Amino acid sequence: MSGLIVLAIYVGIFVAAFFIITRIASRTTRDYTSLKTVTFGDESAVRPNRAAGIISILTIFLLWGMFTGSSLLPSFLHAPGPFIGETSFDYTAEANGQSDTATVTVIVHPREENPTLDEPTGGDGFAKNDIISVAQWRSKLVPWDKNDDISKSDGSQVTAINGQSVNPGDTVNVTGGSVTISDKGTPNFKPYNGWQMEPLYLPAPETVVDRTIKLASEGFRGTSLYGHLGWSLFRVVAGFLLGAIVGIPLGYAMGLSNWFRGWFDPIVEFMRPVPPLALIPLVIIWAGIGEVGKIILLFLAALWIMAIAARAGVSGVNISKVHAAYSLGASKWQIMRYVIIPNSLPEIFTGARVAMGVCWGTVVAAELVAAEKGAGMMIMVASKFQNTDIVLLGIILIGIIGFGIDMLMRMAEKYLVPWKGRG
Amino acid sequence: MSELSIDNISMRFDLPNGGVVQALKNVSIDLKSGELLSILGPSGCGKTTLLNIVAGFLAPTGGVMTLNGHQIKGPDAERGMVFQQGALFEWMSVRENVGFGPSMKKMPKAEKKQTVDHLLNVVGLGDFKEKAVYELSGGMQQRVALARCLANDPDVILMDEPLGALDALTREKMQSLVLKLWKETGKTIILITHSVEEALLLGERLIVMAPRPGRIHKEYNLPFAELGVDADLREVKKHPDFGPKREEILSMIWDMEEEIMGRTEESA
Repeated sequence: MSGLIVLAIYVGIFVAAFFIITRIASRTTRDYTSLKTVTFGDESAVRPNRAAGIISILTIFLLWGMFTGSSLLPSFLHAPGPFIGETSFDYTAEANGQSDTATVTVIVHPREENPTLDEPTGGDGFAKNDIISVAQWRSKLVPWDKNDDISKSDGSQVTAINGQSVNPGDTVNVTGGSVTISDKGTPNFKPYNGWQMEPLYLPAPETVVDRTIKLASEGFRGTSLYGHLGWSLFRVVAGFLLGAIVGIPLGYAMGLSNWFRGWFDPIVEFMRPVPPLALIPLVIIWAGIGEVGKIILLFLAALWIMAIAARAGVSGVNISKVHAAYSLGASKWQIMRYVIIPNSLPEIFTGARVAMGVCWGTVVAAELVAAEKGAGMMIMVASKFQNTDIVLLGIILIGIIGFGIDMLMRMAEKYLVPWKGRG
Repeated sequence: MSELSIDNISMRFDLPNGGVVQALKNVSIDLKSGELLSILGPSGCGKTTLLNIVAGFLAPTGGVMTLNGHQIKGPDAERGMVFQQGALFEWMSVRENVGFGPSMKKMPKAEKKQTVDHLLNVVGLGDFKEKAVYELSGGMQQRVALARCLANDPDVILMDEPLGALDALTREKMQSLVLKLWKETGKTIILITHSVEEALLLGERLIVMAPRPGRIHKEYNLPFAELGVDADLREVKKHPDFGPKREEILSMIWDMEEEIMGRTEESA
C-alpha cells in the first residue's frame, strides 16, 4: 500500500520536474543541437539532462528521508509516522451472567526502549484495569484477565471493546491503534504503523551516515572499514592482474597461431559463459576460503575476458597495416611490437573495463559466501545481526568503488589510447 | 638501377565449395628502372592479386618474379606499398609514421630526422609533423602514406588504388603529386586503378587486364604522364589523343563487363 504511495510521489516529482525544467531550459539553450527539429530517433540529439540527474538523486534521498522520518527533513515533509505514547481502550467482560468494564492503558514505545510500568489500579467490578507496553511496529496480546477477580479459565470472556460488541476475529479501531480479538478470545493490540518504514528494514539516511563515521573510526569485527574495502580491492586487483598477465599473451597466441587458436578455442569458448559465481563452490572445495581461493576465482573471472579481448585486438588489425609494416622492412618481432600490440590496446582496455567490473561483482559475492574480511563479508555479517544500516552503507560503498574503478579505467583509456575508434 | 621481371605468373586456388579459381594466367611484364606502369581492368581481373604477388604477400602457383636478378619470395623493404586507406598507424604521429621504415632498419636519429623532414616538405605536410594521423583529412593521410613509402627508399613502389577513396578535387591534386614524385625520385612505380582517366594520366605504360582468368588484354605506351609532369593535368586531358584513347579503353572494359554479365546469366 505505502509502496504505491512512494511510486505515486516519485512519478509526480518526475513529471512535475520535467515540465518545470524543460520550460526553463528551452528558453535558455541556443546551441546547434537545440536547433535540430528531429530529435526523436536521433541519438546524438539526446543528451543527459543535468538538472534531471540532480533532481533524480535528490528525489531518492527525499523519499528515503520522508519514509524513515529522517531528522534531516523538516517534519511536515515526513510521511505519517507510527503512533508513540500512551493510549487506552475499554473492554467489557462477561462472566456468570454479570458484566463489567475495565480500561487497558497501552504505552507504545520505540523498540530500543523498555519502559517500566506502573501497577494498574482501579476497576470497581470483577474486571480490573490493566497497563501494558508494546513496541512500535509490534503487537501484543492483552493479558486482560490476569488481575481480574474472575479469570478466563473461570468462564470470563471479552464481549465488547469500547462498548462495541465483538466476536473472535473481529477488529475494533481504537485511539492509536486497533484491537483484534484472537481465536481464543484474547484482545490483541496493534499500534498504528503509519506509512514510514521500520528502521529494521530501512534506517534513516543520517543513521547510515552516523554508522559510516562510527565504522570508519572503530572498524567492524576487528578490521577497519578501509581494511574491509581494501581487502576486497586488493583481491580484485591481484586477480585481475594475474588474469591479464596470463590472458593477454594467451589471446595474442590465439590471434597469431592456428595451433593455439585450435587448442584453446574450445576451452575459452566453454569457460566464457560459465558465470564466475558458479565456480565459487568448487574453488572453496579446492582452495578453501582464504585469499588463495578468492584470487584464483578472480583470476578465472578475468582470464577469459582478457584472452578474448586480446584475441579480438589481434584479429581486428587491418591487414593493410601489417602488409604496410612488412613492406617497410619490419621483422615479425617489430610487427608485434609496433603494429599488433598498439593496435590491440583499445580492445584490451575495453576488456579490462569489463573484467574489472566482473571481478568486483565476483569478489563481493565470494565474500558473501565465506570470508573473514571484505566488503561482502561486512554486509553479510551485518545482515545476520539485523544491522540494516551497515548493509546499506556497504552497498553504497561497493557501488561507489565499482563506479570509481570504471571511471579510472576510462580516464586511463583516454590518456593511453587516444586513437581508439579513430583508425 | 632496378629491373622488375614478372615471368609467366599464374595463380590458381581451391574454393571451400570445391570449385577452382584461376585468378591469373600466364601474366608476364618486364619493367625497366624508372618506368611508371598503370594497370586497369574490371573488378575480378586479378589486378590486386597481381600486386600482392609482386609485393610478396601471396605466393604464385606458377612462374617466377625477379627484381634486379634475384627472386622475389616475400615482402621486403625494396618493394614499398601504398594502400587505398587505413594502412597508416594511428597510434603514431605523422613524423613517426614516415620514420617507420628508417626506424625498422635502425637508421641513425639525425639522418632519419633529415629524411623525414625533407619528405614531409616534399608532400606539403611540413606543418603537420607532430599531428596524429587521425586528425588529418583523407588526402593528407595519403600524402603521409606516400612519404612513408619514399622514406624507405624502395626500388619499386606498388600502389593499390591509392587515390580511390579521395574526392575528385583532392584526387586531381594527388595525381599531380604522384607524377612529380615519380620524376623527382626516378622510382619504378606500378599503380592499380579503377579510373580510366587516372590510368591514362599516370601511366607511361598502361596494361588493361581481362577477367576469368585474369590475364593481360592489351598494352599501351602513352605520352600523357611525361606531359603531366610539368603541365596542368586538365591541359593534358585536352590533348587530342586523350579523348579517343579514353573512349577506346572504356568500351573495351564495358565489353568485358557485359561478357561477364552474360556468362553469369547463362550459368544462372
